[in-house]
Amino acid sequence: MSIWEYANPKKFIATTTPVIPWLFAAAGVAIVGALIWGFFFTPDDYRQGSTVKIIYLHVPSAMMAINTWVMMLVASLIWLVRRHHVSALAARAAAPVGIVMTLLALFTGAIWGQPMWGTWWAWDPRLTSFLILFLFYLGYVALWQAIDDPDTAADLTAVLCIVGSVFAVLSRYAVLFWNQGLHQGASLSLDAEENVADVFYYPLLLSLAGFVLLFLALVLLRTQTEIRVRRTRALLARSRRAAPEARA
Amino acid sequence: MPDLGKYATEVLAAYGVSIALLIGIVWISVARARKVRRQLQDVEHRDG
Repeated sequence: MSIWEYANPKKFIATTTPVIPWLFAAAGVAIVGALIWGFFFTPDDYRQGSTVKIIYLHVPSAMMAINTWVMMLVASLIWLVRRHHVSALAARAAAPVGIVMTLLALFTGAIWGQPMWGTWWAWDPRLTSFLILFLFYLGYVALWQAIDDPDTAADLTAVLCIVGSVFAVLSRYAVLFWNQGLHQGASLSLDAEENVADVFYYPLLLSLAGFVLLFLALVLLRTQTEIRVRRTRALLARSRRAAPEARA
Repeated sequence: MPDLGKYATEVLAAYGVSIALLIGIVWISVARARKVRRQLQDVEHRDG
């Protein structure tokens, strides 16, 4: 069996339909569990006070904002190379999820930054690259909407996605590239010394798992929707073409 | 309810807005999925 079998829309829908409710349920349990754990059962940070509780929303949403764009990049490259419609539609389906994740990261970052940095916003490398990533998301969705021909739209948005990937990478590594600005380094790292304390780390991991599961559930569901929209349009177009022939 | 101290407004606002956004994207996605599925069924049914 090959992974490319799932490029068949019918096979994709048949395979993903039974999985989606379980993904939503698992995501709900993980996110609700992590937020209850983090909000009610973790202590305040000795410097940041209770604002440390924002970490369970800010870090997972920021990670998913970047990873959603990476997923869109992979799907766009598959479209450009192999011309599988499902991959182009999956990239399209993921973009609004990425917008929400980026918005969440920007909002929770601003509301966390105000009491800690004394400002809602700074033109810091990571914050700025995140804002540009958000604008790329908006541009990506707008470009899909603006072009009628779906294959042309998929081609152009795929190119936009490749260009925007620069900012997805910058959003992740800006802190390392430019050792300046207000934003600190990674909260989660393979190096245990750099990680947040265990008491914050485990609920954060659970929240992260929940956000990943929610992303998967949403992208699969939204990809199914995009496949059905495409099928509906194709059937309507066929009916319109057949109608004058029938009258003649 | 834990004592959030002087940052209660910030923490509660972050949680409130975030949860609303997450519920919003799920709600919109599920509602659109149902609507589009119905539309496709109607078109397929009409076309036989």
